[in-house]
Amino acid sequence: MQPLESLTREAQDLAGKTEHSISWHNKGISENEAEVARQMQICNACRYCEGFCAVFPAMARRLQFDSKADLNYLANLCHNCGACLHACQYAPPHEFMVNVPQAMAKVRMETYTDFAWPAPLGKLYKNNGLTVSLAAAFGLALFLVLTVLSTGKLLHEPLAGNFYAIFPHNTLVLMFGFTFGFAVLALGIGVKRFWSEITPGQATGEAIGEAAHNALKLKYLDGGHGDGCNDEDDRFTLRRRRYHHLTFYGFMLCFASTSVATLYHYAFGLQAPYAYTSLPVILGTVGGIGLLIGPAGLLWLNLNRSALHGDAAQKPMDIGFISLLFLTSLTGLALLIWRDTSAMALLLAIHLGIVMALFLTLPYGKFAHGVYRSAALLKWSIEKRMPNKLSLGSD
Amino acid sequence: MWDVIVVGGGNAALCSALMAREAGASVLILEASPKEWRGGNSQHTRNLRCMHDGPQDVLVDSYPEEEYWQDLLKVTGGITNEKLARMVIRESSSCRDWMRKHGVRFQPPLSGTLHVARTNAFFMGGGKALINAYYHSAEKLGIDILYDSPVDDLEIKDGKFIAAKVGDKRYPGNACVLGCGGFESDREWLREAWGQNERGEWPADNFLIRGTRYNMGVVLKVMMRAGADTMGDPTQAHCVAIDARSPLYDGGICTRIDCVSLGIVVNREAKRFYDEGEDFWPKRYALWGRLVALQPGQIAYSIIDAKSVGRFMPPVFKGVQADTLPELAAKLELDVDTFMQTVNAFNASCRQGTFDHNIQDDCYTEGITPAKTHWARPIDTGPFFGYAVRPGVTFTYFGLATDEKASVFFDGKASPNMYAAGEINAGNVLGKGYTAGVGMSIGTAFGRIAGTQAAAAAKKIKEGAQHATA
Repeated sequence: MQPLESLTREAQDLAGKTEHSISWHNKGISENEAEVARQMQICNACRYCEGFCAVFPAMARRLQFDSKADLNYLANLCHNCGACLHACQYAPPHEFMVNVPQAMAKVRMETYTDFAWPAPLGKLYKNNGLTVSLAAAFGLALFLVLTVLSTGKLLHEPLAGNFYAIFPHNTLVLMFGFTFGFAVLALGIGVKRFWSEITPGQATGEAIGEAAHNALKLKYLDGGHGDGCNDEDDRFTLRRRRYHHLTFYGFMLCFASTSVATLYHYAFGLQAPYAYTSLPVILGTVGGIGLLIGPAGLLWLNLNRSALHGDAAQKPMDIGFISLLFLTSLTGLALLIWRDTSAMALLLAIHLGIVMALFLTLPYGKFAHGVYRSAALLKWSIEKRMPNKLSLGSD
Repeated sequence: MWDVIVVGGGNAALCSALMAREAGASVLILEASPKEWRGGNSQHTRNLRCMHDGPQDVLVDSYPEEEYWQDLLKVTGGITNEKLARMVIRESSSCRDWMRKHGVRFQPPLSGTLHVARTNAFFMGGGKALINAYYHSAEKLGIDILYDSPVDDLEIKDGKFIAAKVGDKRYPGNACVLGCGGFESDREWLREAWGQNERGEWPADNFLIRGTRYNMGVVLKVMMRAGADTMGDPTQAHCVAIDARSPLYDGGICTRIDCVSLGIVVNREAKRFYDEGEDFWPKRYALWGRLVALQPGQIAYSIIDAKSVGRFMPPVFKGVQADTLPELAAKLELDVDTFMQTVNAFNASCRQGTFDHNIQDDCYTEGITPAKTHWARPIDTGPFFGYAVRPGVTFTYFGLATDEKASVFFDGKASPNMYAAGEINAGNVLGKGYTAGVGMSIGTAFGRIAGTQAAAAAKKIKEGAQHATA
């Protein structure tokens, strides 16, 4: 199927029907990809870092690095932990100038951009700080205006936490359902194309299980020895892994809270506001606290990261996404605390505005890393189960 | 004033600094390089050859003392010191818990290292990761560390260490450990040691240095002037054949060319000069630097055909490629006729059995000199590849004579407070040849001993001084 799909896309391309072709088959290697290829050639002759993560064992199954798909696969397999950089005998100031985490980060940005759907929106990854700011401003303005339109003013008599007195439930479901649905669709299309380009082979249940395990446990932020990854220097710590867990699982709990609430609403006819001891509120509170500490920690680590790690140009994207997550939980918890006061409508508008900004930018910001990395991890779990054609240095 | 001054900043130096600190001494490390180049040649290492009587975490089966000793005896051709060697071997069986305590992590053998999987424990991330871990531990324990501090003089009185000097700075100590490496980065010294050959060449001018640019042998020369006892042959070194395009310094592991045993090697005159299939490559790679050093122009060419692609560790630089053998010879600037004679003679002499790179197989040559005793297959399937190789010196073996306490000697008399460890005294155990990972075994063993001894010596000297003033 894949060649047919590629041919179709190429034909469309030639006919000028799409602005941007995803198919890499006839495309040259970009400058950033060429840099990864150059570094992989050096790494493949050294291999000291094989124990740190999956990138190097995946590299060691190859002799040449001239395939765009391979280079993007390896780039997305990299977690930017920094271990290989600090352990590298060829890192700057060595003339070989090997900095794998940085080279990989630059290519990841190209993966996100190349596979963005619709293609022209791939540009939003560049200058992502601006994208996030604009989305936040738009979301906030939208809900503040809506609030004023529905209630006449921003402050009001206490409504005992009844959000739907401000925004009818169905309006919210429609707005957020559409935005979130679009995010899922856009990322889904992107990662599906990525997946077919990297020709993964057949996924077994075992491979899927291992990949899920590696993704959910952030296996490759453990340094291979369990001591963790690098932040400001060559010391290993588990901080990044833990803050990321708080962020991810906090986010998932908040998501679960919303899902349970939706179920309550439609299946059981139970209307918000829910009691402090109800499942949606407990899930949301616990998740919200995780989503407060996690992003705060990640932001602090991000600001103090060694300048050698990753791609400095992507800091605004990282910080933009982290900030939106942090503000989502902050405003959500504030809303919970003061939902019985006259500021409820204002707090609700701010919270919904932030959440709207988060949803709008999901497919065009840092969130994409999770999707593409999971795909790369799955490919690795499939690939490592296939026979290795090389018998290098078996002597 | 410190109890122990450690000159150098690689594995042996750090082992001694950590051991001395653990024994309660105050310690100063004087590392010649800036921080980013710290660790000397240890940053290029990857494993430790370990004796073990049974399976141990990353080590499989066993590697008993006697087998280790026999291996060492074989590679050194007997130029070793059995007492010191056996001490190093035994130390290698018990040092890894201590290493782990200081943050060193081990991993299962790397891909493509089948032949050392049983005998060598690999450092997770390689030697630079090990060095980073030791420096962290040193900082945590309160060891003083100065980078950019190449010691250029020592104050020694009657064989007793007084102070180390870096330019006009003076660092006094009650004891001293010299862990500052060999002299391989001093190309003048290498030139002088190798001299001029019968062709009028200065062979060492064509050597590359696989390791650090900071091992200038300055302290070794200071010690020679001070009358310290030395040992070893200054032309003996860990010297392998590496890609001729490698950088002058710090090319490290990735510059090696691993296809020698799969094909043939010819010199500048397009003639073979040694049995490429004598033994498994890991047991022979350390021989080829010296072999190439003895060839005209100190250059040779490893030639393989398409059958060998994918069977050896990929080289860092792409080889010269050609569809035909004459074309390859021309591209390598070898005499095409001689090259073809060499290859044709080799091809005709191959008695093909069953090729198996994992055993010493029955593919060998008959009727040519030198013979190729294993893995001899005709070079007949294009495309063909050629890699120019030159001698790559990792570290030199000439250094200070020491005993089992790592003591430095002056006219046969042990210094009361000076010790040496690492490349600077490795030649006591390793007179010539090499076997993978033994350099780190020697450095770790002597480093740890030197640290303990230096701390004890410093304590004794301090107590003596207090006694005298009391």
